[in-house]
Amino acid sequence: MNIVVPVKLVPDLVEELTVDASGSALDTAWLRLIINEFDDHAIEQAILLKEQSGGQVVVVSPNAEGVEDMLFTASAKGADQLIKLNGDFEDGVNNHGLARALATLLRDLQPDLILTGVQAHNDLDGSLGPLLAQYLEMPYVGYVSGVTADSGKVVARKEYPGGLIAEMEVTLPAVLGIQAAEQPPRYVAISKVRQAMKTAAIDEQEAATLDPSGGPTVSRMYQPEATEQATMISGSEDEIAARIIDIFKESGVL
Amino acid sequence: MNQDILVVIEHLRGQVSDISYTMLAAGRELAQSTGGSVVAVLLGHNSQNLAGDLAADRVLYVDHPALADFTPEAYQKTLAGLIGENQPRAVLLGHTTIGMDVASGLSAQLGLPLVSSGRSFTADGKFISQICGGKIMAEGDLPGPTALVTMVPGGYKPEQGQSTQPPQLTEASAPALEGLRVALKQYIEPEVSDVDIAREQLLVAVGRGIQNQDNLSLAEELAEAMGGVVCASRPVVDQGWLPTSRLVGKSGKTVKPKVFLAMGISGAPEHVEAITGSDVIIAINTDPAAPIFNVAKYGTTADLFDLVPALTDQIRQAKSG
Repeated sequence: MNIVVPVKLVPDLVEELTVDASGSALDTAWLRLIINEFDDHAIEQAILLKEQSGGQVVVVSPNAEGVEDMLFTASAKGADQLIKLNGDFEDGVNNHGLARALATLLRDLQPDLILTGVQAHNDLDGSLGPLLAQYLEMPYVGYVSGVTADSGKVVARKEYPGGLIAEMEVTLPAVLGIQAAEQPPRYVAISKVRQAMKTAAIDEQEAATLDPSGGPTVSRMYQPEATEQATMISGSEDEIAARIIDIFKESGVL
Repeated sequence: MNQDILVVIEHLRGQVSDISYTMLAAGRELAQSTGGSVVAVLLGHNSQNLAGDLAADRVLYVDHPALADFTPEAYQKTLAGLIGENQPRAVLLGHTTIGMDVASGLSAQLGLPLVSSGRSFTADGKFISQICGGKIMAEGDLPGPTALVTMVPGGYKPEQGQSTQPPQLTEASAPALEGLRVALKQYIEPEVSDVDIAREQLLVAVGRGIQNQDNLSLAEELAEAMGGVVCASRPVVDQGWLPTSRLVGKSGKTVKPKVFLAMGISGAPEHVEAITGSDVIIAINTDPAAPIFNVAKYGTTADLFDLVPALTDQIRQAKSG
């Protein structure tokens, strides 16, 4: 099975996010980018499928700072082919624009299955997977946390609230939005990533002019003003612990 | 083209989801700025009874065996037809396992703009979206001619979208739903667990800040000392450190304990929506900007690795003394 995994980098939420001088976009100057965590699960799910039933895994990402390291890490995990999509991505492009650019590239790759993260935390115009599916005229199922390959189709386990799972049979070729792989994304030692840097090649492709139509225009971006702010407890560990125990007692749990 | 707001009602196995009522409330606010009506769109099979308490001006109901349960393809085909015929000012869908499966596809299929993570609308009809794990709000004019919006909970109360007056119901016909490439095979019930976190009165919840599996023992010792139960946000369960039965959040359980102690949880909207029913939320997080402090009643930026052992010790002493 030929599996393509489109992935992208997103701001690391551990870092402080600030709005730039325009007041309508994130300040990218100090932004640290990491792989979208759901995309990391999509890579893992693709490699698990390859290990179970053969085939190859192609990981493709739009260019951004740190994209080579991310692609080489995917290679160290077991991806067979790496593609960097060059284009005017520096200022950030929305998913409509990215999906159109990827659709052109993916048509040539003729995938049986496209796995991508079900969403990214900074999506403002929907998620990438179903846009790609529509442009490629493939079916889509999202919030998937497990995939079993069958001949000409896959069974995708779709998550609903409360832990309910719906098994969906999907005719290939198809796009699945991955919420979680069947097992946590595997760890790779940095030495294996360094080895991949020497042996794996990144294929660079040029994107056509990006067309972002279909997304909204943001006029103002800001950090949420807390309508209700927690009463903060400070002091030594013991003092804070004592106060928390008082709250437990007031609440009737102790 | 008219000024109506279509609200796509989500239901799962005979139950209307809370987000549907939240969206009806949002739709009402938006309709006031556009001057249109709130039209609930209900897709199903023998599901008319689900329309009873929807606070809508009318309900458009489509009945078809292929719509008995949600599948993305059948829903998208049906909705594409309805949106094309009605040409509303906006269509609200859940930013959920259902709405998110069809919203982007509809946007690409119909060439209509899409706004995701919408939380509320301003009085003059602008959208406000909540992104980056709840850390950033984005505001803008509602794009036209028809804006598709996926809505997160939190901006409106579900009760605002409920009514005691049954709305007027109109049936619309389904498109040809043949040759579908996605079929529901079966539902798999959640695994039965010894503990039902939805019923517990004291929950010790751990998030990404717990850093590794070994550190879970800190939470377990505290929970044991207090007679509570350990639960977790998504990253911890995805790492396999705790079973899915302990997951609190959008795809896990909704909880309503007397005390919810959140350790190392940032407070992403998918998690927060499932804990707001708690009587008291206490948050421990070293990041003072963590959104969890906007929903917690009490908070501290103390390091959980120092604080939690101290807390466990004091509880043990109090109990033995």
